[in-house]
Amino acid sequence: MEKIIQLFILIPLLGFIISLIIPRQNERLISLTAFTSVGVNFIGFVVFVIYWLFNGFPILNLKEILIYKTTNYEFLLDFYFDKITVVYLFVGSFLTFLVTIYSRYYLHREHGYKRFFNTILFFYVGYSITVLSGNFETLFLGWEILGISSFLLISFYRERYLPVKNAIKVFSIYRIGDVGILLAMWMSHHLWHENITFLKLNNYELVHEHLQNHSWIGVFISLMILISAAAKSAQFPFSSWLPRAMEGPTPSSAIFYGSLSVHIGVFLLLRTFPFWEYQYSVRVIIGVLGLITAIMGSLTARVQSSVKSQVAYASLAQIGLIFIEVAAGFETLALIHFAGNAFLRTYQLLVSPSVVSYLIREQFYNFTPRVHSSKFALPKRLQYTIYMLSLKEWNLDWFVYQFIWMPIKLVGRKMKFLNFKAALVLFTLILIGAIGALQNEAAIPVEVHRFLPEVIGLFGLLLVAKSFAERQSVLVSWTLVLMNNIMIALAISFNEHFEYSHIVLYLSGGLIAGALGYFCFIKLKQLEKEIDLTQFYGHSYKYPRLAFLFLLACLGLSGFPITPTFIGEDLIYTHIQEHQAPLAIIVSLSFIIDGLALIRIYSRLFLGPHIKRFHDVGFRSS
Amino acid sequence: MKNNQSNFNEHEVLHELKHFLPAQAPLKDFIHHNTLHSFQNLKFYDALHQAAKIFGFKTTLSLNDYRNLYQSGKIDTQILENIITEQKGKDELALWIDKLFNKQFDYQIDSRIGKLKANWKNNYKIDMDALVHPLLFRIVCSYLDQGIAIWNFPIEHKGFLSSIREFERMSYGSIFNSKRVRDLLLNNNCSMEHLLEILVGDETLYAQYLYDQQFAHQGWSGMVSFIEDNPNALLDTKKITLHDFIVFELLLEINALDSQYGDNWKPIKDTLKEKPSPLFAPVAVTELNEVIMLWQDAYEWTYYDQVLAGVQLGYDNNAPKTAKSFQALFCIDDRECSIRRYVELNDEKCETFGTPGFFGVEFFYQPKNGKFHTKLCPAPVTPKYLIKEINTKGNQDKDAHYSKKSHSLFQGWIISQTLGFSSAFKLAVNIFKPTMGPATTSSFKHMDKFSQLTIENKNINQREGDLQIGFTIDEMVIRVQNLLNSIGLIENFAPLVYLVGHGASSINNTHYAGYDCGACSGRPGSVNARVMSFMANHKKVREILANKGLVIPDTTQFMGVLHDTTRDEMEFYDEDLLNKTNKMFHEQNKKTFQKSLDENAKERSRRFILTNTKDTAKKVHEAVKLRSVSLFEPRPELNHATNALCIVGQRELTKHLFLDRRSFLNSYDYKIDLDGTFLTNILKPIGPVCGGINLEYYFSRVDNQKLGAGTKLPHNVMGLIGVANGIDGDLRPGLPSQMIEVHDPIRMLVIVEHFPEIVLKAISQASETYEWYNNEWMHLVSVNPVTRKLQVFKDGQFVPYKPLKTNLELAPNLNNLVESTEENFPVYLFNN
Repeated sequence: MEKIIQLFILIPLLGFIISLIIPRQNERLISLTAFTSVGVNFIGFVVFVIYWLFNGFPILNLKEILIYKTTNYEFLLDFYFDKITVVYLFVGSFLTFLVTIYSRYYLHREHGYKRFFNTILFFYVGYSITVLSGNFETLFLGWEILGISSFLLISFYRERYLPVKNAIKVFSIYRIGDVGILLAMWMSHHLWHENITFLKLNNYELVHEHLQNHSWIGVFISLMILISAAAKSAQFPFSSWLPRAMEGPTPSSAIFYGSLSVHIGVFLLLRTFPFWEYQYSVRVIIGVLGLITAIMGSLTARVQSSVKSQVAYASLAQIGLIFIEVAAGFETLALIHFAGNAFLRTYQLLVSPSVVSYLIREQFYNFTPRVHSSKFALPKRLQYTIYMLSLKEWNLDWFVYQFIWMPIKLVGRKMKFLNFKAALVLFTLILIGAIGALQNEAAIPVEVHRFLPEVIGLFGLLLVAKSFAERQSVLVSWTLVLMNNIMIALAISFNEHFEYSHIVLYLSGGLIAGALGYFCFIKLKQLEKEIDLTQFYGHSYKYPRLAFLFLLACLGLSGFPITPTFIGEDLIYTHIQEHQAPLAIIVSLSFIIDGLALIRIYSRLFLGPHIKRFHDVGFRSS
Repeated sequence: MKNNQSNFNEHEVLHELKHFLPAQAPLKDFIHHNTLHSFQNLKFYDALHQAAKIFGFKTTLSLNDYRNLYQSGKIDTQILENIITEQKGKDELALWIDKLFNKQFDYQIDSRIGKLKANWKNNYKIDMDALVHPLLFRIVCSYLDQGIAIWNFPIEHKGFLSSIREFERMSYGSIFNSKRVRDLLLNNNCSMEHLLEILVGDETLYAQYLYDQQFAHQGWSGMVSFIEDNPNALLDTKKITLHDFIVFELLLEINALDSQYGDNWKPIKDTLKEKPSPLFAPVAVTELNEVIMLWQDAYEWTYYDQVLAGVQLGYDNNAPKTAKSFQALFCIDDRECSIRRYVELNDEKCETFGTPGFFGVEFFYQPKNGKFHTKLCPAPVTPKYLIKEINTKGNQDKDAHYSKKSHSLFQGWIISQTLGFSSAFKLAVNIFKPTMGPATTSSFKHMDKFSQLTIENKNINQREGDLQIGFTIDEMVIRVQNLLNSIGLIENFAPLVYLVGHGASSINNTHYAGYDCGACSGRPGSVNARVMSFMANHKKVREILANKGLVIPDTTQFMGVLHDTTRDEMEFYDEDLLNKTNKMFHEQNKKTFQKSLDENAKERSRRFILTNTKDTAKKVHEAVKLRSVSLFEPRPELNHATNALCIVGQRELTKHLFLDRRSFLNSYDYKIDLDGTFLTNILKPIGPVCGGINLEYYFSRVDNQKLGAGTKLPHNVMGLIGVANGIDGDLRPGLPSQMIEVHDPIRMLVIVEHFPEIVLKAISQASETYEWYNNEWMHLVSVNPVTRKLQVFKDGQFVPYKPLKTNLELAPNLNNLVESTEENFPVYLFNN
């Protein structure tokens, strides 16, 4: 019975791969592939669930798909199946199935028809992996796919400025969520000394025993999980990304940002509930976070004058309530609430264009000139203040910008004194010095050795911050990211003694991707002469294939699960010790910024309004 | 257009600015108009070049498009060569041919707009638009919102800026981060000139700065400007002026700079290295422009030539009149072009006419329980009459899924767990079996079929406000007489005369109003058809008409009809008023109509690639109906796409031609209008209505991003007045790509059946009318009704034209023809 559950990943994966090789013009076949694979998956799943119910709905766990193993490390894929999985997979498959059929007509003749279905299927694969995952590693795999496919869906209209800008914005918040998971994984390696499965988390004695002596570790892990969940589910203070994600074709906004994607944070909480069930402080924090979001979200929803942002805020306010339900331990209620909210918001978004005729007709027949519409009789001053704050989205968008991006930009700008040549020289010196030092490690005084990993890591972090702040040369920015990867590997080398193969594994993907990136860049330079990072060039209009290759290079370099770097990343974390929080933070930060810098390079070169004007190009404000 | 003047004249600049901004009405009143109306005082091509250079619009197809059109045979070699020879001389022919076909041109258009404001970015590294636009759009949208938000903008009756001032004064927080800006607003120290002095500093640059600023979001600016001039375009009226909007934006700009740089910034003039070239300086015509003009002319005349050749191959228009089985008046709308053809095919003894779909009766309409009046006549007319719908329940369907309650916290908590599940069910049902629901816009909901209307005014003291309820007998007489005279139906009346108004149905369609009848201000024409029928049936009216020599036999009855152009369905009104014989005839005619509707749906379906056109007409018709209620169908119908012609004359002029739904058809009989009095009135609206539609399609097609609305798939409804992409984008005026993708961007050819001197006289009566033709925004040809000789209007006079084509192909069987391709057809002769 366990064996069957992997089918629910393989079928969509197969659909996705087939959809990639169908020619662009063949609309029929593309959509057919999409809704057949989703449909077969859905029906198969329903049949399986019935069978499962008749067998007394046991919890299923499929272990041992070993991806990588060394002496004290293994990377396992693990799948898990219980009530939560059933609800999530049911809602997900049902909605995706309906929306693929819907989009078959809706996107007819749209430029990018194939790209749309590719991305939807990719998203669906990621979603299925996530909700079926049995351990953090597997979950993270799905999580990453969700992130990148979201980026692609939001920037679906890549020839316009705003979708690209917003896609980057959303991606960067997702990136914070990623790091939350990475840090949670890092700590739990040290807590459990193994790849803990969600199945084992159900074992109260085991969890209790481990947490008894490491209660702060438990709290740390829970908080990291909460950050991830909050980022992904648009909870306070990350809420402002959700309305901004509504840039793609309406059906994709409807299922992903109206329902599936945005409820994944809830899933993460439900899944890890047994772990923090007895950490009451954490439960209170989750509840309070949910409450804040519910209040702010519903107030903000009240003042929205555009349909999609209204649905978005109303939806995330409900998710705030779901957070409270989860924190309170009402699992079943949370699941029902999730399903209802997902269906409702999907539907509301899909019919959102109808709102015009419906509400205007209503206005025509029922209009009463306004007296004042807010019900509770607050003093005027307070009313206006709340209105103003809600209109400004409680400054959340500004907050994210001010406290997350500005510091990075500032650091990057402050790095101006270090020009690229100097950085390169410094980098080479450190590299040679460090490799030399590694040969004679014994000779290094202990006090120096203790700080070496952090120092080298910090240098790496500065490099990538500079890469992010680089406004001119693509080559410089790209090289800096590569240099950062090497520095991080180097830092870890001082940390612990382990096989070089780990480092090779970590670097191999990055280096290949790095080379591919150089290749694409040189090619583009030949074709277009002037390219830099000063503006969006939109070259995917003319060179879609090159754009795709370069995207692969970016993904590879940023540790996306298509190269071994992905496993290497996880590995790196296992070599950071539990008391080395600064190092963990440095590595995580450079991981976030590295992804951002790369996605920015990709966006500047290939997305946005096309620089050539032989076809119509949109206004910047459109 | 002088912006080099030393003194900044606020009033003048605002006035000019408003002129250039898009003038599109809010969604509920979508009315087609010439997108570049502000350039209409120039010759067409000059306007295109200027608009491109100044505002960066793409105003023609691109060179490659033309070359591809040539390859696919859409541009005729002979015509192209003739045009080059005519314009450039015989000696230059080879040279230009080479340029047209082979030369590579540089495409970096360098528009003038935005150059001055770009200095913020260049000199201060500040992305002003990104900082200002989102908040600006959100606030103005909240202020104008017609019913999306649950909490409305708290203050509104004082005008935009005053409301914001009051709001700012009365709340603990602030819109602005900068205290200085807050004080400027609160202390009323924010004249436009003062703010510009802070930001720009040099008076000679003010105007240009404002253009840069407003054209960075022409959608919202245009909407504000439109609402300022037409406050009644919103049901929930709002006081706003472009002046207030600009002042607020200037404040936000200062705020952005202050919060980034504190005191540490200076006006633009201090950092300006070089003054950008003035926006309205003369625009040079480039070689690429010339090449494209030649291509465009050749493209247009390749089509016109076929039509004109066809007109000359026509039948005898002086054949004796025979008795008719019925007569039907349709709207001139290009969508009615084919249904008329089928009706005539299915009953050879019938006769059809075309006239603007408000049937010459102008009034406001108030449906039962309606809180407002709806204008039912061409947009520029302001009626003095009111028609009310009475004796009906007038119930209105509701759908809880649209309830805003689901957006509040606690009700939302309950709703999402209850309605949430029913919405999953509803979605599945709509995907597998679409049906009509409360959210569907249906032309048949415009007026209840069994309701009554207050058409006759028996006492002129019956008024509501400034409006008289119904028409008096004398007022009716004038309207009936005008209508019948203008189309030439003054004798030989059939027992039944149908007045067929039209409307459309769709769901999930924000531009639904653009699908209805343009002559009824974007509403269905059913009420007008019914009102006109009532008048023409009125005993007293007929008596007076008879005295004036227009005799309508007692046996003749008029009947109002509504044709739904999306679903191809018809609804007949007041059927029980028919006498016995006519009832019998009517039953017979209904069959004719039904068959024609099926066939018409089939012909339309050839453009819908996902519908199988090869099925029987009945089956295809069912599929076509399904489209109109399918949530997932962005093209319920294709509206005016491919429109290219407007024919003013007797039906016989083009009855023998297969015009592929591309023509507006206005019936007109020169014989009863030898001095052209009626013609003047007919030609007057042709420009703004037909020309407006044609040019809106033209510009939305050639630059769908800047002049059109882009693809409608990501559109988000803003305040029920417009659409934008995402949540912080600018409004998108113009047509979405789904409406224009099959359109051929060519100007309209107006063909009038009358002597050239009379036509010239008719268009010269009003300078607005004359401008349309003289500036070449439309082409005009006169067909001599006696000799059939053609004359083209060119540079103020008519010159003879002889079509290159001397013969046209005969259309194959219609059924086979429509199954053959989804592409445009050439003009065929037609006699099946």
